[in-house]
Amino acid sequence: MVFNRLILCIGMFFSVTVLAADSEMILTIREHRFEPSELKIAANQKIRLIVKNLDATPEEFESHELNREKVIPGKGQATIYIGPLKPGRYPFMGEFNQKTAQGIVVAE
Amino acid sequence: MFGTGIIVFRETLEAAMIIGILAAATVGIAGRSRMLLGGIAAGVVGAIVVALLTSRIAEMASGTGQDLLNAGILGFAVLMLAWHNIWMSRHGAELAYQARQVGHAVRGGEKTLLTLFVVIALAVLREGSETVLFVYGSMAGGEATALQVLTSGGFGLGAGALAGFLLYAGFLRIPTRWFFAATSGLILLLAAAMAGQMARFLVQSDVLPDLGNPLWDTTGMVSNTSAAGVLLHALIGYEAMPSGLQVVFYITTLIVILSAMRMLRYRKDTISDF
Repeated sequence: MVFNRLILCIGMFFSVTVLAADSEMILTIREHRFEPSELKIAANQKIRLIVKNLDATPEEFESHELNREKVIPGKGQATIYIGPLKPGRYPFMGEFNQKTAQGIVVAE
Repeated sequence: MFGTGIIVFRETLEAAMIIGILAAATVGIAGRSRMLLGGIAAGVVGAIVVALLTSRIAEMASGTGQDLLNAGILGFAVLMLAWHNIWMSRHGAELAYQARQVGHAVRGGEKTLLTLFVVIALAVLREGSETVLFVYGSMAGGEATALQVLTSGGFGLGAGALAGFLLYAGFLRIPTRWFFAATSGLILLLAAAMAGQMARFLVQSDVLPDLGNPLWDTTGMVSNTSAAGVLLHALIGYEAMPSGLQVVFYITTLIVILSAMRMLRYRKDTISDF
């Protein structure tokens, strides 16, 4: 019983440290396109996504599948936390330039 | 080219719904139009200021400044709407009765007009700053001329305003008996919707855990990108794929405001002095 609890505590400790060490990914916007347009991430893990906008005009990162929406200023950057995600494909787009700004997060 | 108008319409719609419903809820209170127009004007000025400061706001709090600002604005608006609804549940019935008796606007609603002003200003500020950024981006983008962008955007703005006006006009046709329940019911849902949106900003900036994302998925029934989904989102905060935290915020707000309204409700035997 005590042993079981100990295992549980250790398990919780490790899951917390895993959460604390969020991995970071960078997504770039250039000429109203996302680079990379396919973003591979680890499933079941929280990701700190840094979106850098190299264009002079603002963009809005939007994804219903990821439940995220955020304006990225022109020549600026912003941070969006995503996940932990189940394995799968999660499309996103730039709402201000939907024709070209399309991308997908692939969690595996 | 059409795209500009559609995006501006979608950004305008939410603020227009809030203005329409609040305008209906405060019918009969003297000085209402002035506060309403003042709120819109203050919101437009605020939207331009926020749009100009976007880069700086975005850099704050290690790249999550915008989320925290949005969450703060929404939280404040929720408090104001809660206060408005509680106040109206105490005084609204008297006011509506008096207004009908004397046949013109009555005094005594100054306090709730202030909440009207603040909520409208915040709604216009939030939706407006994104619209300003988008219109600026489209004009600078060079795909269309500035005139084309402004024309299309103007149509979007007009369509959004028309939707708000139709909601207002529709509410005024509701019989007196149901009117009060209808307006305060929708304001209650608006407040819950704002609290739900606030939760998303707190999740995407990693302030709070999502408690399951999505908690459920009803995209197959009503997608958030369909016309019905957009309208339901603007009116009652419909989300096809809400996170657990959004649901918690939504329901908690509903329960808290509703119980406060019931507890502080106007009764003939109580002396109301707040």
